[in-house]
Amino acid sequence: MATVAAVIASTHHPFYYRASTATGDERPPFADEWVAKIEAFRQTLTRARPDVLVMVGSDHFHQIWLDNMPQFLVGKAPYYDGNWYNEEREFGLPRMRMLGHEDLSAYLLREGLDRGFDLAFSNELRVDHSVTCPLITLRPQTDLPIVPVYTNIFAPPMPRPKRFVQLGQAIREMVEAWPGNERVAIIGTGHLSLELGGPRQFGPHGPDPEFDRKAVEWIASGDLESALAEVSLDSLHTPGNATHGFMDFMLMMGAAGANVKADYTDSLDLFHTMEAYFTWYPNGADAQ
Amino acid sequence: MSKYLVNKFLFTIDRDPELVERYREDPRGTVAWWEAERANAILNCHGDECSTWLEFTDAERQALATHDYPELFRLGAHNFLTLTLFIAMFERDYAEPLGFQREYAARLSGFTLPYPDIST
Repeated sequence: MATVAAVIASTHHPFYYRASTATGDERPPFADEWVAKIEAFRQTLTRARPDVLVMVGSDHFHQIWLDNMPQFLVGKAPYYDGNWYNEEREFGLPRMRMLGHEDLSAYLLREGLDRGFDLAFSNELRVDHSVTCPLITLRPQTDLPIVPVYTNIFAPPMPRPKRFVQLGQAIREMVEAWPGNERVAIIGTGHLSLELGGPRQFGPHGPDPEFDRKAVEWIASGDLESALAEVSLDSLHTPGNATHGFMDFMLMMGAAGANVKADYTDSLDLFHTMEAYFTWYPNGADAQ
Repeated sequence: MSKYLVNKFLFTIDRDPELVERYREDPRGTVAWWEAERANAILNCHGDECSTWLEFTDAERQALATHDYPELFRLGAHNFLTLTLFIAMFERDYAEPLGFQREYAARLSGFTLPYPDIST
């Protein structure tokens, strides 16, 4: 059976690429510290020696639109192009192309459907920064095949937080039961407190540092019970109007397992939002 | 309310560089053209297979035609779509990094929780 070599959860800050590649006067004062943290985080994936990456993210109204809105979607294609004109425009992100892993995509779709998740699929998916940003931070050489999994954290009505946790648990179980010898890393990105297009946006910190502190503690300690007790579709409006992206973190908590402490935790308090990085090694960091 | 149509306007303008500039320079004309020619186009469908029923309310048309993003927020337009398009149009006019984004926040400062519903 396949091995879950690592479970990784993080924020996906679209400004990292520009900040990390800027030089001279263009380079922001926080860039060096940010790059150092990302390079340390990247090492946690490298150390796991993955063969294939399951990438959980959420399309930000690029290919997925309100006339045809899936709640959960799995890409099944030999390649995925990445990043869109408005992401190049606003964030300076590069155009990218990733390999797909159609066998694992097909397997997750079949097994997921049989487990009661009515997964949508796409055979031609251009992924956005929710998938490309973690590749830029964790695997910039983009040499490994990916399986994109998209969730709706963007357009109400959305699934409830518990459903995200359940899907994360199911992805973990399905990967572990996948016939084969591949080492699979399950990587997902979301947000802590975040406000976009509202009165609390682009402040000196995330809009709700107290939520961020609690959220980092929940994730780092695997405290699904507290997270599920405190987080609802309604409650997520309070920390910031884009905080529903935290449900992707909850999906990853499901993949990591209840009460499983992260093997690696780091964070960085930036303008606008807090960055946070977590890695679990379900079979030990150096397991074969 | 036709929040879906307001979002469709923001979505289709934002992904087209020429339309971003056209909307910046001539908001009222662009909104009138778009409502007449594009509002009922089903994305990804042949031109003959259009919807027949989509139109803005007067308040929505006026908010779009005057670049009134606080009013779009009040009307329940999707916050991400509005922000992204308006950054594309107006960030360039501000000398300070994030200058436009901070003014945008300040102009919305009268709103408190719960914010207007963005459900469509």
